[in-house]
Amino acid sequence: MIAATLGGGFADPASQSARAFRQVLQALARPGRIERLEGVAPPAPLSVAAGAVALVLVDGTVPVHLAGALDCAAVRDWMAFHCGARFVAAEEASFAFGTAEALRPLNRFAIGSAEYPDRAATLVIEVPHLRCEGALLRGPGIDGTARLSLPMPAYLAANAALFPLGFDSLLTCGAALAGLPRSTRVEGF
Amino acid sequence: MTDHAYNFAYLDEETKRMIRRAILKAIAVPGYQVPFASREMPMPYGWGTGGVQVTAACLTPGDVLKVIDQGADDTTNAVSIRRFFQRTAGVATTEATTEATLIQTRHRIPETPLTADQILVYQVPIPEPLRFLEPRETETRKMHALEEYGLMHVKLYEDIARHGEIATSYAYPVKVGDRYVMDPSPIPKFDNPKLSDSPAIQLFGAGRESRIYALPPHTRVVSLDFDDHPFTPSKADHACDLCGAAESYLDEVITDDLGSRMFVCSDTDFCRTRREAGQVGRLGGTLEGEAA
Amino acid sequence: MYVAVKGGERAIDNAHAFLAEERRGDPAMPDLSVGQIAGQLKLAVNRVMAEGSLYDPGLAALAIKQARGDMVEAVFLIRAYRTTLPRFGSTVPVETGQMACIRRISATFKDLPGGQILGPTFDYTHRLLDFKLAAEGGMPAAPEAPSRPGPVPHVTALLDRDGLIQRETDSGTPAPDLTRDPLHLPASRALRLQALARADEGFTLALAYSTQRGYGRTHAFVGELRIGMVRVSLDLPELGFAVEIAEIELSECETVNQFTGSKTEPPQFTRGYGLAFGQNERKSLAMSLVDRALRWRELGEENIGAPAQDEEFVLMHSDNVQATGFLEHIKLPHYVDFQSELELIRRLRAEAAK
Repeated sequence: MIAATLGGGFADPASQSARAFRQVLQALARPGRIERLEGVAPPAPLSVAAGAVALVLVDGTVPVHLAGALDCAAVRDWMAFHCGARFVAAEEASFAFGTAEALRPLNRFAIGSAEYPDRAATLVIEVPHLRCEGALLRGPGIDGTARLSLPMPAYLAANAALFPLGFDSLLTCGAALAGLPRSTRVEGF
Repeated sequence: MTDHAYNFAYLDEETKRMIRRAILKAIAVPGYQVPFASREMPMPYGWGTGGVQVTAACLTPGDVLKVIDQGADDTTNAVSIRRFFQRTAGVATTEATTEATLIQTRHRIPETPLTADQILVYQVPIPEPLRFLEPRETETRKMHALEEYGLMHVKLYEDIARHGEIATSYAYPVKVGDRYVMDPSPIPKFDNPKLSDSPAIQLFGAGRESRIYALPPHTRVVSLDFDDHPFTPSKADHACDLCGAAESYLDEVITDDLGSRMFVCSDTDFCRTRREAGQVGRLGGTLEGEAA
Repeated sequence: MYVAVKGGERAIDNAHAFLAEERRGDPAMPDLSVGQIAGQLKLAVNRVMAEGSLYDPGLAALAIKQARGDMVEAVFLIRAYRTTLPRFGSTVPVETGQMACIRRISATFKDLPGGQILGPTFDYTHRLLDFKLAAEGGMPAAPEAPSRPGPVPHVTALLDRDGLIQRETDSGTPAPDLTRDPLHLPASRALRLQALARADEGFTLALAYSTQRGYGRTHAFVGELRIGMVRVSLDLPELGFAVEIAEIELSECETVNQFTGSKTEPPQFTRGYGLAFGQNERKSLAMSLVDRALRWRELGEENIGAPAQDEEFVLMHSDNVQATGFLEHIKLPHYVDFQSELELIRRLRAEAAK
C-alpha cells in the first residue's frame, strides 16, 4: 500500500518530465498522432499515460477532479504524494481524469471565457483502445485530415463547435496517449 | 558542463509545469495569448526572457539547440543565450538549422525549411498586435474576445491612403486559423509566409508581458491585407554577394564611407552551407572574417 | 575587403573581464567589503531589498558591490536570485502595531500616545557638505533615550475609534501574488499594494508628487510614519502555532486623506497605505499617496484621467527591472527590422518621385 503510493514516479524528474512533456506537446499539437509514455508506474486503475500526464502537469497549484473508478484511495494517495494534487469538484477542475462515461456530463467542466479562453479544463480521458482510425479530424496540427478512435465523438464535436472556448482532451490507453484540442473539428463518426 | 547549482535548464520544476500548462493551452487556441506567471530570469526583460522560459520548459537532455538573433548564430545575444543553456542544461548546440531539434530565434525564421522534428521558439517583445493602436490591455483583450479587429484594418487602410501601400515592414500582423489576430514577433514581413502550414511547432514567448502563444503545425496563417492591396513579402532587390542566393533575406552592409555597400544573407548558416556547396556570389567567397 | 562580423563569443568574454576590472577600480585603494556596504550604505541596501522583494541585507550589499553602485542593476540581481529560491510557506501578517520604533512621527497631531520619535532622519539637517567625512571619520555617538514602555497605537486606529476614518476590513481572501500569477486587471487593492511595494522609487515618487500638484489630488496628511523592527512568524501546522523566525525592519506610512460622504454615509476621512522593507521613508510615503489616488473608484470619486489614478498605467510601468530591460533592449541588434524599414522607405520615396 505505502510502496504503491510512494513508488511509481519519475526516477529522474527533471529529464523524464521534460521528455514526457515533449510527447504530450506533440500529441496535442498533432491530433491523430499517438505517443507512448513510459517510466511511470501509477496504481491501477490509472493508466501509465494518464499517470505520466499527472506527473508532468499537475502540482499543488492545480485543482484536480478524479471521476468514477479513478476516484479511489490508491489513485488519490499517489497523486497527492507525487503531485501535491488538490482534489475538487468537476466544475472547479483544471484537470480531470476518468473514463468517458465517468466524466459525463461534460458541460460540468470549465470551457474558459471569451476574454480568457485558456481558463478551460483539460480532460484526461481513459479509453479502452486508441488507434488511428474512426472519426475524421481536421484543423490546426493536422496536415489535411487525420483519424482517431474517439469516445463520445458527438460530444467532442460539439465541444469543438464552441471554439475558441471549450475543454481540451488527452486520450490515454495504457502507455498510449493522443491529444484532441478544442480546435480540432470532428466529423464522420 | 552543466552547472549543478541549478536545476536542469535553470527553472525549477514547478515553474516549468506552469509554463508547460500555458504552452498546451496556447497550442489548443492557436494565436491566442495565454497569460503566464513569467519569472525574472538572469538576463534582462526584453532580451529574450520569454523565449528562454519557453525553451527551458521544452528542452530535453537529448535536444540539439540552435540560437539565432537577426538570423545569425554569432550575434552577441544569441551567443549569450546559447551559453546559458550550455551551462544550465548541458545540451548539445549547433549552428546548422538541419541538425537542430529546437531553435530559439529573435527576428528571423531560418531560410532552410523546418521539419516536423523541430520546434521554433520566438522571442517576443510586445505580443499584442493591437497594442500600438490601443495601449490598454483591458481594452485589447475585449477586442480579441469579440473578434473586433476593425481598428487594425483602419490603421492598415490609413497607411494605404497616405503611402500607397501598407507601411509595416516587420512585425506584420497575421490572422491565425481565421480567428485571432497575432503578432508574429518582429520578423521582417518577408518571413511571414513561412509561418503558415509549417510542419514544425512554433512557440512564442513574451517574458516581460507574461504571454505565451503558439502555432501548431499545419496551421493556416494569413497576413492581413486588402483585395486591392494584397500582401507582398519583400526583401532587398539583390542576390547575396557571398553565396549568390536570390531568395534569401539580406542584410545591407556599408563597406566604406563613400556609399559602397554589399548585401549578404542574414541567415548565416544558410549562406555558409551554400558557399560550402560551391555557390559563389558577386564578391566571391571572401571568408577571411570568419577565419579571424 | 568585407570582413563578416564574427567573434561575438570572444567579445563577450573580453567585455566581462573589462567590466570586472572597472568594478574593482584602482587596485591601490582597499577593496570595499560587503559588510561596509551593508553597514554604511544602509539606505541603498534598503532600497535594493524593497524593490528586489527580498529581505537580506548581506545579499543586497553584495548586489550593490557587484552592480558598481547601479541600484536598478542591483535590484535586478536580487530579483533574479530570488526567483530561484524554494518556498516553504507564508508567514502570518506582521503586526506593525507591535513595532519597536526607531522613528515615529505624526503630522496630524501635536502629541499622541506613544509619542513622536524623530529618530535617524535627514529632515532637519542642513544640507551642507560635511568635509570632515572626507577625512577619516571618527566614531560619532548619539545619546540614548530610555526605552518607553507602553503601546504605540496607530494614529488611524485613534480616528477609527471615533468613526472618523473609513474602516478597513479584512476580506479574509488570501493575498494575491504577482510573482506567481500573471498580473490580472482590474487588480485588487492587495495586488496593487504588492506591486507598489516593489515599484521603482523614482517612478512612485513622481506619481505621488503629481497627485500633490493636482493630477488626482487627495489632500494627504501624514497620519503616521513609523520605522522599526517587527517580528515575523510562520504558522507550523505540525505544531499548531506560529513560531517567530525573524525580525525585520519596515517603514510604514498611513495617510489621512480628504473625506467623502453621501446621503447614506456621514463624511469620513479616507486612507492611503505604504509599506517597504528597511528604513525607506520616501518610498513608503510616496506609495501611500499613490495607493490613495488609485482608490478613486472604490471611494466614489471622479476619475479625472490623472496618471496616478490609472491602475493599468501605474501597475504596468512601475517595475524598474521590466522597464530597464525593455528600454535597454533597443541596444540589441535590430538590423533585420531596420533593413526592412530601409527598403520600405526607399520604395515609398521612389514611388513619390515618380
